[in-house]
Amino acid sequence: MSSYLITVATIIAIYAIVVCGLNVIVGFAGQISLGHAAFFGIGAYASAILTTKAALSFWAALPLVILISGLIGLLLGLPSLRVKDDFLAITTIGINFIVEAVFLYIPFFGGALGIGGIPRILLFGVKMRGTAFFALCLVFLALVLLVCWWFTRSWGGLACFALREEEEAASSMGISPVRFKLLAFVLGTAMAGLGGALYAHYMRFLSATDFSFPLSITFLGMIVLGGMGTIWGPVLGALLLGVLPELFRPLVNYRMLFYTVILLLMIRFQPAGLLGENSIVRKVFSFRLLGERT
Amino acid sequence: MQLFLEQFLNGIAMGSIYALITLGLALVYGVMRILHVAHAAVYTVGAYIGVLILHLTGNLFLAFVGAMAFCAFLGLVIERFIYFPLLKYPPYVPLIGSIAAMLAIEELCRLVAGPYILTFPAKLPFPALHFGGITISETLMAVYCITAAVLLFLWYITTRTELGLAMRATSQDIPIADAMGINSHWIMSITFIIGSAIAAIAGILVGIYYNEVYPTMGAVPAYKTLALIVVGGMGSVPGAVIASLLLGVAETLLIGYANIPLPRDALAFIAMIAVLMWRSEGLLGSK
Repeated sequence: MSSYLITVATIIAIYAIVVCGLNVIVGFAGQISLGHAAFFGIGAYASAILTTKAALSFWAALPLVILISGLIGLLLGLPSLRVKDDFLAITTIGINFIVEAVFLYIPFFGGALGIGGIPRILLFGVKMRGTAFFALCLVFLALVLLVCWWFTRSWGGLACFALREEEEAASSMGISPVRFKLLAFVLGTAMAGLGGALYAHYMRFLSATDFSFPLSITFLGMIVLGGMGTIWGPVLGALLLGVLPELFRPLVNYRMLFYTVILLLMIRFQPAGLLGENSIVRKVFSFRLLGERT
Repeated sequence: MQLFLEQFLNGIAMGSIYALITLGLALVYGVMRILHVAHAAVYTVGAYIGVLILHLTGNLFLAFVGAMAFCAFLGLVIERFIYFPLLKYPPYVPLIGSIAAMLAIEELCRLVAGPYILTFPAKLPFPALHFGGITISETLMAVYCITAAVLLFLWYITTRTELGLAMRATSQDIPIADAMGINSHWIMSITFIIGSAIAAIAGILVGIYYNEVYPTMGAVPAYKTLALIVVGGMGSVPGAVIASLLLGVAETLLIGYANIPLPRDALAFIAMIAVLMWRSEGLLGSK
């Protein structure tokens, strides 16, 4: 495969990991987050700083990175206990702007110059690049999908679904909103942190604007397109929204317009996404496979 | 002292402009419970139409009227074709639709008018004021007077007319308002028309104030004004105005006098989150 295809595929795999994390928060627990790029950035910066300034290896830093992302996720998930829906959406937008400003203006994080010279990942003494790095990302993506699948089958996941559908009813059944909302935030942001770490060691250079608010919109667009609350929706969404800009590359000037119009049409006519309930794809499939209308 | 006063007057002008943008948002949120991010795109379009008509006719009054009419229409289209059909879904669905609409309109502006910064060569028919050593320029006077006029107009509409009564009824309970013979869908459309026309005024004023019109001029106000309606109390128009004025003054004075490592947009959001955590219904909001 050409290196161009590998690059696109690797970025899509990394985004899919991050979007799976967002799916845990938004799709499973029903807590809107418009600041997911901030946690992606926190993972990337944590890994970059641990491997350059603290000179740890990627593998030694990774558990720390996931821990840091999860802990900050826990901290920034606290507003979700106090505010809901629109208010939470705006709060998370605010968190995204604040985190970006901190990366951009605090010298410890490299300021406007960003962080460079991030080492490559070593696995059994081999430097990971190109196809090998892509394979590594796929392994991590499979792991994340497995965790998501396990989560939907666990008590924690079921509790989150209950909270998503009706918080008051769920809490009257003895499901603690505090515990399970925070659980979803920690799990989701830890996945974003993992994606961020992979991104840092793939790009090997970070600047604060890589993690600005439009990226959060793109992430949200990916799960909206793929299907919120499904296992494969985030992967499908990341794939489609990752490939579309590449297809539109000849129309470079109109690319962003097409992108936003597709998102707009999608949300207007298929708000549940391609794989969500009552979607066209699901109707066609169940009609073909099961011979019945759902 | 003189510098302080001049900074303060500039801050009030900033706050007035924020207030003009936020008013439309607060009205829309009050009636439809939708965070209308695309409002900032309407405001950008208003500035562009203003520049266009000014270049074609040379008449600033016509520019205002034309921009207001066009933006009112644009607001109506957004309400009819994007928001109204999405009202039955959870709030994040129209919110994402709104953000997508905003980015799409911004892109259209860039494609049609080009990515450059246009100037706004307009002279406002307001006198400059001098007293003591302080000068209030024509532009500042225009910002003050127009904002005051718009506020007075809105206050009259919402508190003294039947339309205002219907708007308040719709914002309290849509099914009951419908049962009382109010066509709530029309009320929503009228709210959008009024809010979007005010956004056009704000767009032109910002264009004249900075002498700049460019495609992404709505990007920062889009999210900052969301912060303002939250801080002011969702859907509370007086709260939104007070929060806007406070932010305008605080920003100008902080930038002038304090040495803070974070940019002022981040500070606005920190203030917003602090207010939300302390009073989750906003400064003047009620549960």
